Amino acid sequence: MSDKKKTVDPNTYKFDTLSLHAGYQPHKNAGSRQVPIYQTTSYLFDDVDHAAALFNLERGGHIYSRISNPTVGVLEERVASLEGGTAALATSSGMSAIFLTVMTLCEAGDHLVVSSQLYGGTVNLFRLTLPKFGIKCTFVKPRDTQGFKKAIQKNTKGIFGELVGNPGNEIMNMPEIANIAHDAGIPLIIDATYQTPYLCKPFEHGADIVVHSLTKWMAGHGSSMAGILVEGGKFDWMQNDKFPTMTKPYEGYHGLSFAEEFGPTAFTMKARAEGMRDFGPCLSPQNAWNVLQGIETLSVRMKKHCSNAEEMVKYLLAHESVAWVSHPSVPDHPDHELAKKLLPNGRGSMIAFGIKGGKDAGVAFINNVKLASHLANVGDTRTLVIHPASGTHSQMDEATLKFAGLSHDMIRLSVGIEDINDIKNDFEIGFRAARKPRLVSNQ
Amino acid sequence: MKFKVNGQEVYASTGGRPFDKNKPLIIFVHGSGLTHMTWVLQTRYFAFHGYSVLAIDMPGHGLSSGKSLKSIEEMADWLSSLIDSVGYKEASLVGHSQGCLVTIECTSRYPNKIKTLSLMGGAGAIPMNPDLLNLAENNDPKAVDLMMDWAHGPAGHFGGHPVPGLYHINTGGMLAKSRTIKDTLGVDFRACDNYKNGFDAAKKIKIPTLSILATGDKMCPVKEGKKLADLIEKSQVEIIDNCGHMMLLEEADRVLKVLKKFITTNYPSKFK
Repeated sequence: MSDKKKTVDPNTYKFDTLSLHAGYQPHKNAGSRQVPIYQTTSYLFDDVDHAAALFNLERGGHIYSRISNPTVGVLEERVASLEGGTAALATSSGMSAIFLTVMTLCEAGDHLVVSSQLYGGTVNLFRLTLPKFGIKCTFVKPRDTQGFKKAIQKNTKGIFGELVGNPGNEIMNMPEIANIAHDAGIPLIIDATYQTPYLCKPFEHGADIVVHSLTKWMAGHGSSMAGILVEGGKFDWMQNDKFPTMTKPYEGYHGLSFAEEFGPTAFTMKARAEGMRDFGPCLSPQNAWNVLQGIETLSVRMKKHCSNAEEMVKYLLAHESVAWVSHPSVPDHPDHELAKKLLPNGRGSMIAFGIKGGKDAGVAFINNVKLASHLANVGDTRTLVIHPASGTHSQMDEATLKFAGLSHDMIRLSVGIEDINDIKNDFEIGFRAARKPRLVSNQ
Repeated sequence: MKFKVNGQEVYASTGGRPFDKNKPLIIFVHGSGLTHMTWVLQTRYFAFHGYSVLAIDMPGHGLSSGKSLKSIEEMADWLSSLIDSVGYKEASLVGHSQGCLVTIECTSRYPNKIKTLSLMGGAGAIPMNPDLLNLAENNDPKAVDLMMDWAHGPAGHFGGHPVPGLYHINTGGMLAKSRTIKDTLGVDFRACDNYKNGFDAAKKIKIPTLSILATGDKMCPVKEGKKLADLIEKSQVEIIDNCGHMMLLEEADRVLKVLKKFITTNYPSKFK
């Protein structure tokens, strides 16, 4: 404290450096510059006392790779550092991250307020599966900020939403909804898969827990399934009696109170100690390593994703075959100004557009593009397209589709980092087929 | 658990075990602006191995009520009162950073009450960088960011937390921001800066004392810790390499190993 030559600015590592280094010290791993893949199920105990101490959370360390693994741990710390969070828990997929978050937060009889514009799998989790566990949800349209407030009940344990809704690109007013949640003494949980921490750090705008499908932009390569939950560390679990499983002695660990013992990391500690122990959706070390390779280039890729997306928006807006384009960079997008505030580094690479000619034209377009891949993923380095009404959201009935803001002419585009002219040329082939669907072979 | 000291409610973690007045007592005293949670990787061990543990939140910090105490001397007296309040006549003290100043002063004032003293990142004086002090007293979060930067060594800056998934700097920062910065960190920093009695207090200490110092500690460098230790009659020094001021988290296992040996040797418990 006596070094007066120091500047008044902290010298902690910045985003691009953390993307490459956070969570890992080579000298503690035989000098290996690359993160080693600890392909093991379990870890030797020094003696009986050491084993007991690990099981009793008296000291840190690894026991069994379902609970934690050194390679996975590097990924967890890296994402926590990039998000500005206190702790993280990696999971086998984004869906298991959401499930584990809900099961750590809620018990049977509890309730959640949930944005209506979500990935189809997430909608089904909240609408159909969680009620089987006694957890009910009320859906609110993402732009209906006051609707979130009205939907809160006595037994509501949190608000959940995707910052930028899938696939309609509606943006939740995160700071205002965070205030609503905090006034009610409950946390705000944000799925920030579409943004990655390069575009938005939800903790800076009031979120308390962030979940990601790391499968998408964070990894980028489309090779590996992975998810993560990240804790912001600000939420006070002891402010009310809504979260007894966080604050009361827990029988599963000799009467441990997670909130008292671990404070800003309590949620992650409970999610791991209880959720990962009992449900077990652990991430494989190989997949964790694969995701780490992607994160090393996150900011480089995200810049290119966003610049390509903005080029594609201009191209689509000017195209005769396109009825409408939805992307937060479009000036008449309802959330254009909010996007500037929440996504200052770029508005993301997800574009929704309507193709003239409706469903048949959409099918012809999808079936005829050659470079763009037709598949059920987003956030790959390659350009991806899908027709949600017949793909990702196909399990929804007509009414649910409409409530989720979907239409039959909508094509969801995840813009890759290929040469922009190659993407445009490919789309020209698709649009030509869409204009004359019967004259083009259906390959 | 919560109890009262001088009429104010105080919170202390008992390390996950019910507080048992029959067992020897170890009290852990946190550093400036922090809370009992900094000790989680030491307290649970002792609580499950024959000791009663109190990792306290100083007044106005963490889950304790009241206002922050304004001088190290006041904190030392308060710590003595805390021992009385929980029905003990003696205790072993463990301090980190500012907690070292408090425990040194307390031990010198109440020599018969304190049986062993363990100091982590301690020095006889902790003069504050004026910029840092000014930021903290003006409630600027940059004070916490600076403290976290300077307080952490390689583990803190790169990562590699002993508890899987936890990220050092952000966790520490969140602890220090859990209450109003000027009322916790600001008051604590001023108390540290004003305290001048550390070296004289050290000369009066006759009990076994352990100083754990870290080679990468920018806030209380090894040479300052050694200067203090040299003044204490029954002093032993352990140096942890490649580690910063937050050694109790950055190198929690190595710290616990040293602490276990020292306390179980010099303040043994007949309980298991």
